[in-house]
Amino acid sequence: MRKRSAIAVAGAAVLILAYPAARGIADSSSPQDFAQIEHGRYLATLADCVACHTRKENGKPFAGGRPIETPFGVVVSPNITPDPQTGIGNWTEAKFDNAVRRGIRRDGARLYPAMPYTSYAKMSRDDVRAIRAYLMTLEPVRNPVVANQLPFPFDIRLSMRAWDMLFFTPGEFKPDSGKSAEWNRGAYLVTGPGHCGACHTPKNFLGGDKTDQALQGAAVQGWFAPNITGDKARGVGAMSEDDIVKLLKTGHNAITGVGGPMGEEVADASSHFKDTDLKAIAVYLKSLPGSGEPPPPPVAQNDPQMQAGQAIYRDVCSACHAIDGNGVPHLFPSLAKAPQVRAPDPTSGIRVVLRGARSVATDAEPTAPGMPSFDRQLSDAQVAAVLTYIRNSWGSAAPAVTPDQVAKQRGALANRTD
Amino acid sequence: MATQLPRKDVVIIGLGWTGSILAHELTDEGLDVVAIERGPWRDAATDYPPNFDQDELRYRIRHELFLRPDQTTFTFRNKMSQTALPIRSWGAFMPPNGVGGGGVHWNAETWRFLPSDFVLRTHLTERYGASFLPEDMTIQDWGVTYDELEPHYDRFEYLCGTCGTAGNLGGKIQNGGNPFEGPRSRPYPNPAQKQGFGHMLWAKAAAELGYKPFPQPSGNMSQPYVNPLGVRMGPCTYCGYCEWFGCGNYSKASPQTTILPVLIRKSNFSFRDNSEVTRINVDASGKRATGVTFVDTSGNEWEQPADLVILAAYSMFNVQLLLLSKIGQPYDPVANTGVIGRNFTHQTMSSVNGFFDKTKFNFNPFVASGAIGMCIDEFNGDNFDHGPLGFVGGGYLGQVQTNGRPIETSPVPKGTPKWGAKWKQAVADYYLSNIKSGSIHGSMYSYRDVYLDLDPTYTDRFGRPLMRMTIDFHENELKAAAYMTDKYAEIVKAMGANIVEKSPRKGPYDVTTYQTTHLNGGAIMGADPKTSALNRYLQSWDVPNLFVMGASAFPQNAGYNPTGTVAALAYWSAKAIREQYLKSPGPLVNA
Repeated sequence: MRKRSAIAVAGAAVLILAYPAARGIADSSSPQDFAQIEHGRYLATLADCVACHTRKENGKPFAGGRPIETPFGVVVSPNITPDPQTGIGNWTEAKFDNAVRRGIRRDGARLYPAMPYTSYAKMSRDDVRAIRAYLMTLEPVRNPVVANQLPFPFDIRLSMRAWDMLFFTPGEFKPDSGKSAEWNRGAYLVTGPGHCGACHTPKNFLGGDKTDQALQGAAVQGWFAPNITGDKARGVGAMSEDDIVKLLKTGHNAITGVGGPMGEEVADASSHFKDTDLKAIAVYLKSLPGSGEPPPPPVAQNDPQMQAGQAIYRDVCSACHAIDGNGVPHLFPSLAKAPQVRAPDPTSGIRVVLRGARSVATDAEPTAPGMPSFDRQLSDAQVAAVLTYIRNSWGSAAPAVTPDQVAKQRGALANRTD
Repeated sequence: MATQLPRKDVVIIGLGWTGSILAHELTDEGLDVVAIERGPWRDAATDYPPNFDQDELRYRIRHELFLRPDQTTFTFRNKMSQTALPIRSWGAFMPPNGVGGGGVHWNAETWRFLPSDFVLRTHLTERYGASFLPEDMTIQDWGVTYDELEPHYDRFEYLCGTCGTAGNLGGKIQNGGNPFEGPRSRPYPNPAQKQGFGHMLWAKAAAELGYKPFPQPSGNMSQPYVNPLGVRMGPCTYCGYCEWFGCGNYSKASPQTTILPVLIRKSNFSFRDNSEVTRINVDASGKRATGVTFVDTSGNEWEQPADLVILAAYSMFNVQLLLLSKIGQPYDPVANTGVIGRNFTHQTMSSVNGFFDKTKFNFNPFVASGAIGMCIDEFNGDNFDHGPLGFVGGGYLGQVQTNGRPIETSPVPKGTPKWGAKWKQAVADYYLSNIKSGSIHGSMYSYRDVYLDLDPTYTDRFGRPLMRMTIDFHENELKAAAYMTDKYAEIVKAMGANIVEKSPRKGPYDVTTYQTTHLNGGAIMGADPKTSALNRYLQSWDVPNLFVMGASAFPQNAGYNPTGTVAALAYWSAKAIREQYLKSPGPLVNA
């Protein structure tokens, strides 16, 4: 009658099913090596493999099939369960390592950098070996996936060879002996398995990282992944290390909460990171200087947009976010303090106002408060005004939002299903 | 032919307050639980956004949140000699529908009943003698005591973050609280809400008349709160759109804002919405429930087998399902036999309107919350000597004005024309300077000829007989209403009102004007299977693997809002299931 015993039985069945798939491939991994498998499991969590390699609706974990949106079209994630035909069951350890750290497929063709091998290259071969050892313990799922659905000319994988030459720097993470072990651990996690730059680093017109602007915020999947450097105005510099740890662990802190793609990341990955690793990430991110540019001067209080924005804010926003912009800690974000609000690119702000949003639910913070959509209620000019007001009040400063920006995004959102 | 689903440990009928509480408690016990809900899934901010939730026409006038009578309804009559007719538009009460149930649309007035309420017949008989009670009054003791329920009241209040001022901590009377309440094991989790000018002026007048006013216990948050499950609530904004509305500010305690966020994360919990349970299935012996049958919106019929069935629908639907499933003996008021349908009650609400000088009194009635207000308890239960009065029962008196919503709030003194320039002028004069219908929250005790049974004529879309209500006020309740209304009017006069209009509840029972949604009884708890459907743990006397939650278990109603007691009983029952029933499934009380 108890659920717990049912889980134990199911777990045993998975192990038995997995065994034949893992058998017969000669490599340096042993299915008996608990330490390696556990290390791999944790690395797979740090790398958030499950997020991309699982279809959102009723997908089996790691069985692939999730469309990954890139600026050039959609790439569908492959099956990385140990199924011999449709998964990685027949991949050798060397081939697997080539894919994860060099972006080279088993047949020698190039992967698209939707697979963040540019970051995963920072992991060691032992790390990747451990991930594979862990994946080999999973239930093999037969799920053929047609990975490449890009339009011409991006569907020609050969082009990726040139791309790699331009934008990919192979090589494992090298610790900086001048920094603490904690900082180095954070740097490894952020630039390596955590692949934070995949979303937070701006890309050039070919999709390569603008390395000089690393982690300073970038457009992704209809959002703006914010600046996560130590920049005090636009990044996480004004948050304490503890604030950052809480945000990654629970999805919420006293200043803000996360939703959208980052909400998925928290649910799948960082809420399961060790606290010491979260602290290391916070230490490293806060050490990054950002662009060093001073924030722009705030829009004047007597600007008509600001005056209209204040009236709208008091009418429709202040019930939750409060007149002073401070919200309710851990429940309603502080618009006065949340750095996302001040992002130079207002995409996320516009999206949240038009679409509404829901923050992530975690064991520590199960509430997952939502914000309603104001799409029907506010015109483009009104959304622009209220965002301009929010971005330039309570000590904040950010470029004014224009009705055109809102109109453009309203149109784009109409075609988005996420 | 129903399609059989995989067996579950527990099936819960209805995912409102009690369904959510039982689901949470039983999943904590490790059981695999499925809840089946007739209405839709509903959330907080995304379903009741603060940007359109305050829509009086949609929610209050057009009954957005409630069961549509087209789906199912009740038939009604006052007297056994009459023919009941179907209710085609809700009036006296508002049957909830959907996940969260009545917990979505309530005001969040979170009361405890008095210790004497639970032993009512014994208490009144001892004090006044058996002959003092009307002959056809069928009040009973509950079979459970206040002291037994106290920890469970406490759990619900901490779940909800109830705001209030304790009046009795461990037997010590506290200033500013209700001195008549039963002893509390600890203070309320949050301080009382701030009160408006009208509420405070009323309290001042009440205090000057020698009463002990106290803030109404409120599930609208006075400050941010994290409940013991880790779920967070935000401070109330006093928007005045609570009752009949959902709260998108996470400020009103509801299953959505206190318990469902945790429940839906549990792997051993699942639910089906838009699925109506049509019967509880029992085996050939009639002594064991085997699960339930339900119908989805496509008309497909499903059978959900389960070891334990929790009936947690709205009170009258609980009774209807028991009758349709032929569980327990139907009540027969003529022979005075049977139990299912017996001791059906509602509430006896009265009101007083006070009109004040607009140049001196500005009450800003729109600054309010559902459970705001100041109350006195001198005239509740048996807190006062009924001997010279010739009736029993009572209620709290409160200046609990919950809103100044424009469609409903057009107070004009009697004699004002019903429309036109004079009406408009009177509304303008009194909108801000009127004390609207303060609550006189009268009890309704049970009678032999007030009951529920299956209608002989009218059926629902499945061809099942509708539930028939036979209900009227008796002289005892009307006397109590008149007495309390007089007392209330004295307070309004003392506030300085120029015009005081009294509206004591009058018979006959009217199904078209709103009183409360507190319909009770019909499947009552008690100590004797001859006069109760459930034992003291809300377990069916007839089918021990069936527990029936909700106000249908109340042997009679008290002079309070019922939700606190409904929830306390749910926790009490859940504890008995967890600690006694699961160890040895079978009757928990041998009668």
